[in-house]
Amino acid sequence: MSNAASRFLAPAAATAALGALILWLAPSFAPAQRATGGGASASQLASRGRSLFVEGCSSCHGMDARGIPGRGPSLRGVGGGAADFYLSTGRMPLSYPGEEPLRSEPRYSDSQIAALVAYVASFGGPPVPKVSPDYDELSKGQELFTGSCAGCHAISGAGGVATGAAAPPLWKATPTQVAEAVRIGPYVMPRFGSEDLNRADVDALAAYVEYSKHPDNAGGWSIGRIGPVPEGMVAWLLAAVALLLVARIIGERRKEGGE
Amino acid sequence: MSRRVETALEERTGGSSFLRATLRYVFPDHWSFLLGEIALYSFVVLIATGTFLALFYSPSTAETTYQGGYSPLAGQEMTQAYASALHLSFDVPGGLLMRQTHHWAALVFVAAIVMHLMRIFFTGAFRKPRDVNYYVGLTMLMIAVFEGYLGYSLLDDLLSGMGLAIGYAAALSVPVLGAPFATLAWDGQFPGTDVFFSRMFITHVFILPAVLAALITIHLVMVARPHHTQWADPGHTERNVVGIPMWPGYALRSIGLFLAVAGALVLMGGLIQINPVWLWGPYHTYQATNGAQPDWYLGWLIGGLRLVPAFDVTIGSYTLIPNPFWGGVLFPLSIFGFLFAWPSIERRVRRDQRQHNLLERPRDAPFRTAIGAAVFTFVATVFFAGAADRAFVQIGIQYETQVWIYRGLVIVLPALAYWIVRRVCDELRARELTFGDSSPVRRIRRGPGGGFAR
Amino acid sequence: MSGRRVELLVAGLLAAAAVAACGFVVVYVVHIDTQLLGLAFGLALIALAAAAILAGRSLVPQEIETEERPDFTDPEGRSRAEREARELHHVAARAGEGISRRRLLGTAAGAAGAAMGAAIVVPLASLGPSVDDRLRESPWRDGVPLVDENGIAVPASHLDTGSFLSAFAKGADRERLASSLVVVRVNPDDLALPDERADWAPEGIMAFSKICTHAGCAINLYRSPLYPPRSPGGPALVCPCHYSTFDVLTGGDVIFGPAGRPLPQLPLRIDSGGNLVAAGPLSGNVGPSWSGVRQS
Repeated sequence: MSNAASRFLAPAAATAALGALILWLAPSFAPAQRATGGGASASQLASRGRSLFVEGCSSCHGMDARGIPGRGPSLRGVGGGAADFYLSTGRMPLSYPGEEPLRSEPRYSDSQIAALVAYVASFGGPPVPKVSPDYDELSKGQELFTGSCAGCHAISGAGGVATGAAAPPLWKATPTQVAEAVRIGPYVMPRFGSEDLNRADVDALAAYVEYSKHPDNAGGWSIGRIGPVPEGMVAWLLAAVALLLVARIIGERRKEGGE
Repeated sequence: MSRRVETALEERTGGSSFLRATLRYVFPDHWSFLLGEIALYSFVVLIATGTFLALFYSPSTAETTYQGGYSPLAGQEMTQAYASALHLSFDVPGGLLMRQTHHWAALVFVAAIVMHLMRIFFTGAFRKPRDVNYYVGLTMLMIAVFEGYLGYSLLDDLLSGMGLAIGYAAALSVPVLGAPFATLAWDGQFPGTDVFFSRMFITHVFILPAVLAALITIHLVMVARPHHTQWADPGHTERNVVGIPMWPGYALRSIGLFLAVAGALVLMGGLIQINPVWLWGPYHTYQATNGAQPDWYLGWLIGGLRLVPAFDVTIGSYTLIPNPFWGGVLFPLSIFGFLFAWPSIERRVRRDQRQHNLLERPRDAPFRTAIGAAVFTFVATVFFAGAADRAFVQIGIQYETQVWIYRGLVIVLPALAYWIVRRVCDELRARELTFGDSSPVRRIRRGPGGGFAR
Repeated sequence: MSGRRVELLVAGLLAAAAVAACGFVVVYVVHIDTQLLGLAFGLALIALAAAAILAGRSLVPQEIETEERPDFTDPEGRSRAEREARELHHVAARAGEGISRRRLLGTAAGAAGAAMGAAIVVPLASLGPSVDDRLRESPWRDGVPLVDENGIAVPASHLDTGSFLSAFAKGADRERLASSLVVVRVNPDDLALPDERADWAPEGIMAFSKICTHAGCAINLYRSPLYPPRSPGGPALVCPCHYSTFDVLTGGDVIFGPAGRPLPQLPLRIDSGGNLVAAGPLSGNVGPSWSGVRQS
């Protein structure tokens, strides 16, 4: 950052203070306007992003993000949304090429992610999508989710199995990440274009995913919200054990050993 | 009871002597003899809660638009059956408590029967004169499992609807007879016509409960007639029964057990969520969810269905035996067949046609115990295989890998179980010969008052 | 514990049960809450249970009694049992004392019994229609348009490569097994269909029956690799019940899981309006197999 700051300070003394102020404020703006900031801020971010990219991503994705066969695909045209998804969910960077990308702690801070996103976005492609979860259309979201998502992620968002991969639980996904995944189709997830699921549909889906994190558990302790497996465990490990104990209290034990 | 009531009873029924005999009836009081009662009292809770539920449930598959209290399903098309389940859960006061208590009672009912069956099997209580009663019990187990399946399928939610499709496929897979039978039961191809839900409903709330009640009565009479079995403790012989009289000791204990079972089930019904059908949504044949599982007592079948490799038995280009037959039909029938056949097998193997009123410790019948352990291990392995996908989500072992591992375990583990249990039985008995029941050496204790006791 | 203490304890438990039961009524009347209702009633029952058990074990006289078992359970009593059985036989067989034509009557009774038994069972057939034709019914033939859940035609442009959606036969009941389809779009260069299906997938759009041929669950799980990763393999439709996996590029072959028949594929064409239309019937029977179904 000091390099970039010194580049601004050098040519214009009058704009130096303003430039420093912009640079100081840019990181706190980044989460709200990832790749769509004002002119100066965007290219600042992009070039910062490039240096981060060269450092952490180019070994698989190539120095110019054109990809390396057998290691990582080209990122030209994938869009800022894709970069934001993979980075903010910690799926990238991978430990080794071909590993299944799984959600983990993001390696980069929010400002670094904003920079990387700006860099990848500079090659074109869909931007970070705008989502506002529409709770008035929760029912439509439930229907869409059942039809397009529940087959892998389970109707309660608990995650599931597809042959060869795990569909993760959705309870940590932000609405933006949901929208991004829907459009990209990361790893083996199918993708849904805007003709199939338009903006309103995605807003409804995002609302349902939000709901699924804290659904109506009118029945009490929800034991995982995936149905009969934990229910059976409770029946055996809680109820059966308790009732066996009651039976032991009521009945006698055998007398032969002199107990 | 007051003197006046007793006199009134005798004047009208002549039942005093019968009642007197009943009140003095002797029950051996080992704790493991109470497991069947836990099942019985779960059944009572099922009847009580089920009656309430039946007054609100609608077995209709007519389409309706949901307008009730649960907003994430507002305006959706669903059957009246599912809508009535939502109605019970959200709009009927106490409805959800009844639903959940009923469902927990069903799970505990079958669990108690299984524990009871294991006690009967491993102590030899099924031997003459109780083998026919044992068959009655096995029949009740089969009916109980089917009752539970029908019960949760009545709600027409996404999970149970998928389960019905699989049940249909299993019925269809019976060679030659499957298609006519399945089309008969469903009134056509799955999902059938409106009449199918009516049939499920009547079977679940009337036919099978009536059959179960009758069988339970027969079962209890056939326990009471020869009197309950007992352990071979000092003073216990084949010709007597030593225990607690029905009144007041045993009756109070039984009442206490009933209240404890009911209490546990109501507590769970109120505090622990079970089968939240509003989260699953209504069933459509073209919808499915990942991670769908049946209730625990059918878990062995989903394991069976998942483990069988991919093949239909064909003649030319036509299927003769569809794939689900092996895991969904032949497997459970074999296990029940084994259980039904066991008393005859054991009589032949041990050359023992006599009556038995004394129980054997499992270690004293090593052949039976080891075989039983092996068969149980087999079923348990298939059962756990059925939940392999959730294991993948929780612990991360690839599903495909698990399938292969389980296919191997299903062969190896039962053999291992047989060998280990057989050895343990023999070991334990060998140890006792040096210092135990059959040893000529006896332990004698002297009590504080100076008396001697064994 | 002394008798008096036990009595007090039992009384206390009964009182606690009464309080809890009243609590249940209060909750029911004032504000229904499933958890509170269950807690109140459940605790009342548990308190009563404790009172009964305590009374049974510590309050009432504790006696051990011995009783004789009935004779028929005697292990040594086999000859006695046989004697009793013989006496029963004498009584039962008395009915046949005056009868001479035993075999004639026996055969006639047997025939009547068998026929009556069959007659009683036969009305069960009223429960349902005859088979097979019903299982082979399908609304799909050349020209039937694909529609979505709302009955609106499905344009080919709705699908991106790597996408999937559900479709139905126009005019058909959506709940019928043969009506529902899952439609996917793959890169046309990757297709490996058999020759007779070469034109079944216009622009790489393919349609399959949505009902799994193993046990009838809906296949709404589409594995669609973005960049071919090392392990899972190509695009496949997977059934979420027992994970039968059908290879999309070869036209529905089973590559994992227990399904014994491939997934039926529907030939597609794109009409002049850009919408998807069936170009013929499905390649095989829909849903779980039965004895006599074609493997296709």
